[in-house]
Amino acid sequence: MNFLNGITLLLVYQLAGEITVRLLAVPIPGPVLGMVMLFLTLMIRGKTPEPLQNASTALLSHLSLLFVPAGVGMMAHFGRIAEEWLPIALTLFLSTIITMVATAGIMQVTTRWFVRPGNGGGQAGE
Amino acid sequence: MNEPAIRDIWVYLSASPLLGLTITLVAYGLAYRLYLKTGSNPLVNPVVTSVALLIAFLLATGTAYDEYFEGGQFVHFLLGPATVALAVPLYQQFSRLRQLWLPVTISLVSGVVIAAGSSIALAWLLGGSREIQMSLAPKSATAPVAMGIAETIGGIPSLTAVLVVATGIVGAVLGTKLFEWMRITDDSVKGIAMGVASHGIGTARAFQVSSQMGAFSGLAMALSAFATALVVPWLVDLIGI
Repeated sequence: MNFLNGITLLLVYQLAGEITVRLLAVPIPGPVLGMVMLFLTLMIRGKTPEPLQNASTALLSHLSLLFVPAGVGMMAHFGRIAEEWLPIALTLFLSTIITMVATAGIMQVTTRWFVRPGNGGGQAGE
Repeated sequence: MNEPAIRDIWVYLSASPLLGLTITLVAYGLAYRLYLKTGSNPLVNPVVTSVALLIAFLLATGTAYDEYFEGGQFVHFLLGPATVALAVPLYQQFSRLRQLWLPVTISLVSGVVIAAGSSIALAWLLGGSREIQMSLAPKSATAPVAMGIAETIGGIPSLTAVLVVATGIVGAVLGTKLFEWMRITDDSVKGIAMGVASHGIGTARAFQVSSQMGAFSGLAMALSAFATALVVPWLVDLIGI
């Protein structure tokens, strides 16, 4: 029952997110708005209910599994990917490296500047 | 058992979602075991192995993707509630986030713009069609979000889903090496970069490094999902393509 309550809560927030997105015609995906709504609820309540904790840990600890059916979708796009494989493969590879390196670099520099001058900031506030 | 009986069973199985769902879980179980056997080598990423196993199985049995997805959709559907569930680690890391809010905000917004901008620019330079550029643009956001964005900006949502998975894998495989090379030791920095560049698959990898890196990666993934949804359609408008 515990796990069921947690998963129900997640679905209720996702549903609320989907409905709000459609009513207000905002260009944000429903689950993302649901996440924001749940985050605000937790901020107001000041604690995470245990069923919610259990359900979210269960879902997030097997996050990679959830991407598998979408990955298998590759076989439906073999033709398209074969046609434009070079721009697709190189863009994927280079853009991911650029994003990773740039974000890490910016985060490291800004942490040093704003949080703890002279330190990487990793232990800030501990 | 004679041949017609086997054929009857196959006709039954291929018409029901049971087979698609079961093989997804079995393939992932095998892939995950292999991953642990190799000492969590990032090259043996469980998503890559299970996708390869499943595609091989479907091609060998002549099963179409749509038929497989009848069962696979039950797993795929959970991406929605999993996105909502990100609110929990986000809330629990909030005190750390509050201290680092300025660096995190700056890194996140720049990261999201760099991810989308570099994808569009590279795909354009390399001669990719507009549809491909738009399918690649949201690739660093988590699947359900990226698919929604691809649809609004004129990409192909189902292709985006594949590109999102591939991006996650590239990040999960290369990330730790890149950070080593950049001499970054701070788990909050590594986590933010991992989550921005390669969403849930990167986050799964980050949790294996340390729980702090995982929490920050999850946080970056949640926030960048939100930022990507806001920024990318606007960026596409701005570039005017």
